[in-house]
Amino acid sequence: MEIADEPGLPPDEIIVGRLRAGDEAMFARLLDAWSGGLLRAARAYVGSHESAEDVVQDTWLAVLRGVDRFEGRSSLRTWVYRILVNTAKTRGVKEGRTVPTASVTGPTVDPARFQGPAEPHPGHWRSFPAVWPSVEGEIEARELQAYVQSAVADLPPRQRIVITMRDVDGYDAEDVCAMLEISAANQRVLLHRARATVRGRLEEYFSGL
Amino acid sequence: MDCDTFVEMVTAYLEGHLDPDTERRFVAHLTECDGCDQYLQQIRATVRALGQLPAESLTESARDRLLAAFRDWPRDSA
Repeated sequence: MEIADEPGLPPDEIIVGRLRAGDEAMFARLLDAWSGGLLRAARAYVGSHESAEDVVQDTWLAVLRGVDRFEGRSSLRTWVYRILVNTAKTRGVKEGRTVPTASVTGPTVDPARFQGPAEPHPGHWRSFPAVWPSVEGEIEARELQAYVQSAVADLPPRQRIVITMRDVDGYDAEDVCAMLEISAANQRVLLHRARATVRGRLEEYFSGL
Repeated sequence: MDCDTFVEMVTAYLEGHLDPDTERRFVAHLTECDGCDQYLQQIRATVRALGQLPAESLTESARDRLLAAFRDWPRDSA
């Protein structure tokens, strides 16, 4: 798992004090620690990498504008992510992208994978999922990386941002709920559907090897 | 527990969010069903694959622009 935070970032109040005082090295460290995650998060809402980079730049400029008023009611990172999400959503709307708010329901695994009522073991696997090669060995291959990235990119935006923040960036559930301003239950549903879908795509990938 | 129920509880299980009774039934099913054991392993493998995606970063020019903006930002105390 990638480390979500640059190790050794000082506590928020120190960071904020240094930013207010114009400490450029501090700002550079924050940029390097958080911009990757912010870019990935922005991509859930906008149509291109270039657009995501614009959103991240606008976010950091908004952080500079707002840092004097930051009161520490949330963590600094949560506050930065909330600015990012709002900026990205606004940009996404301008690009004509819509984010459906209704949650998708229904099974996350194709019901045809399980035996029906007339079969010997209703609700049980027809045939077991196949054993995969080690993803550790395979993920080195750029082909699999690109495949996983495209599987994430194909998710609905809300699932995409949650699985990105949880599993790609490695933030914990509580932080993600705060950053996205969603409930714990909602976060879990979105993560569940997203992981199930990406697993399904990986299953297709490995069955085609 | 049926397999089609098990697969929908995997995330709640991994998040430590199943109530104790459901968790007992989940784990009991896991020990007796190779298919569901495999499914759970695949979900874990999926999470690991996601965690190994390469990092992204701002382009050098965007980073430079932001640092310049920071440098030139009007500050009372500067």
